[in-house]
Amino acid sequence: MSETAQVTEEHIQGSQKKPKATRDAYGETLLELGRKRSDVVALDADLSCSTKTGKFAKEFPDRFFNMGIAEQDMVGTAAGLALSGKIPFASTFAVFETGRAWDQIRLVVCYSNTNVKLVATHGGITVGEDGASHQALEDIALMRALPNMTVIVPADAAETASVINTIVDYKGPVYVRLGRAKVPYVMPEDYQFKLGKAFVFHIGKDANIVAAGITVDMAKKAAGILSQEGIDTGVVNMSTIKPLDEETLLRVAESSKIIVTAEEHSIIGGLGGAVCEFVSEHCPVPVKRIGTLDTFGCSGNPDALLNLHGITVGNIVDTIKASLKK
Amino acid sequence: MSVITNGKITDIQELKSVAKRIRIKILHMLTQSGSGHTGGSLSAADVAVGIYFSKMKFNPQNPTWEERDRFIMSKGHAAPLLYAIMAEAGYFPEETLDQLRKVESPLQGHPCCRKLPGIEVSTGSLGQGLSVANGMALGLRLDNNPARIFCIMGDGEIQEGQIWEAAMTAAHYKIDNLCAVVDNNELQIDGAVEDVMGIEPVHDKWAAFGWHVIDIDGHDMEEIVRALDEAEKVKGKPTVIIAKTTKGKGVSFFEDKAEYHGVAPSHEEFDKAVKEINNE
Ligand SMILES: Cc1ncc(C[n+]2csc(CCOP(=O)(O)OP(=O)(O)O)c2C)c(N)n1
Ligand SMILES: [Mg+2]
Repeated sequence: MSETAQVTEEHIQGSQKKPKATRDAYGETLLELGRKRSDVVALDADLSCSTKTGKFAKEFPDRFFNMGIAEQDMVGTAAGLALSGKIPFASTFAVFETGRAWDQIRLVVCYSNTNVKLVATHGGITVGEDGASHQALEDIALMRALPNMTVIVPADAAETASVINTIVDYKGPVYVRLGRAKVPYVMPEDYQFKLGKAFVFHIGKDANIVAAGITVDMAKKAAGILSQEGIDTGVVNMSTIKPLDEETLLRVAESSKIIVTAEEHSIIGGLGGAVCEFVSEHCPVPVKRIGTLDTFGCSGNPDALLNLHGITVGNIVDTIKASLKK
Repeated sequence: MSVITNGKITDIQELKSVAKRIRIKILHMLTQSGSGHTGGSLSAADVAVGIYFSKMKFNPQNPTWEERDRFIMSKGHAAPLLYAIMAEAGYFPEETLDQLRKVESPLQGHPCCRKLPGIEVSTGSLGQGLSVANGMALGLRLDNNPARIFCIMGDGEIQEGQIWEAAMTAAHYKIDNLCAVVDNNELQIDGAVEDVMGIEPVHDKWAAFGWHVIDIDGHDMEEIVRALDEAEKVKGKPTVIIAKTTKGKGVSFFEDKAEYHGVAPSHEEFDKAVKEINNE
């Protein structure tokens, strides 16, 4: 799709392929990688059924290490495996991966610059009923603050597969944030993920939405609605949140009357934070951040929670309209 | 002045019937919500009933009563068990149980102390409860407050390093106003504890860390009460009760199955389960 293409029906309708959870795509891709490469190993902390590393574990029991409920030990062991020449993929829920093991990630992964791939599932509010203790809304902020860390949030199952196949060949720490819930396919059929490169669906002359993860789908739908009302709205999938694709963001900012960021994360320190930090220094335009406010999540079904926190197509549309009126 | 309106049931038969009611409440709320943790709520039910109704002093009308004994469900996913007990004890009306895991509910998927009076501290991220229990116990000791602390952990949960840091702390500071319980159901999410990350010999580990260790059948109410009495008498060191339990206890088709760790009963399963529990 060219960058100047107008928003089409396909944008609004989305792909016809059945929705699929990004964690499922991870499990399948990791298994394929295991078949192709003997240096790929996997670790988990008693959640291999949920993170889907269980697929790899079943076929490659010798290269899979279940660390039990011990996330700090898992990250340390992954660093050790990396130092022995392996490519470790260490998975658990995003809260525990980034929160419980943060100092281990800081010292033996980032500071030591080891080749550890932290692929966490159950990111964000769509974890649902388990509630706040299990909903990572700060993980991107935590990971983004660490030198040497790369932070990626894929938008759909296909992009996830592309991400996993890419990072295996990248040397250094990577954090990939995946979701629990099924998500529609949103990227074009022939799309290939490039590390550090945002995907531009369209750059709008009025407003632009910068999204990552599940909000890319919402952004496309919002842009469709707004464009039909004559508000030229662009959509960018900023799947690599760090390093930020500054070149693309600059082009977007230069064309925007307003930028809206949308993410399934706190508006503090995540994608919205990253965009604001860059834009305010290099091309100040108003930025509105959509995400969870300075609050914890709660139990409830994922859709109800998205509504509660205003992470919706409707709120993106309203936010842009309200901002342009001013 | 506070009134103790609950607790202190001495009759074993009565405790057993409370435990039955608790099991049914757990299954009811899980069926109602359609998600949640069945296995670990049922496995710890008898011990938790023993703690709350034979030992603890508390006042549901005054959940912050200073002299209350404190309870921490360190394995926070057993929230349905804690909620069932709190409803039975009168902290909130029975109907509230239907709100489990719903938006704006005080009954969060994992216990939240900001939303439900009577919960001492929020849990859900495993391995953190014992440290808090130690801190509360130390604080009470400083104030010459005779209240005691109870803390239930999972056997998978004790794989967390923080548990063993806390185990050292409790022994080092001779915390004897604390009674910890390991719900030793031998299962976690990915399978048998010994297959995932072995913890044996559990008894010797706690003993080596300086604890008084009591091994019991965690479904035998007499043994539970006796162990709780013993724990109260041990001075100069912390006590841990290793309760041998069965995950999913009380419902034959949930028992000893790792698959039922985090799966709620269907309506048919609920009906069958209630029959089994009542015929027990
Ligand atoms: C720090 C942390 N890591 C992982 C989890 C996910 N989790 C929830 S329950 C559970 C298994 C618990 O096993 P166990 O302690 O034996 O509890 P039980 O068998 O009594 O249910 C896991 C891994 C968590 N809640 N917290
Ligand atoms: Mg267990």
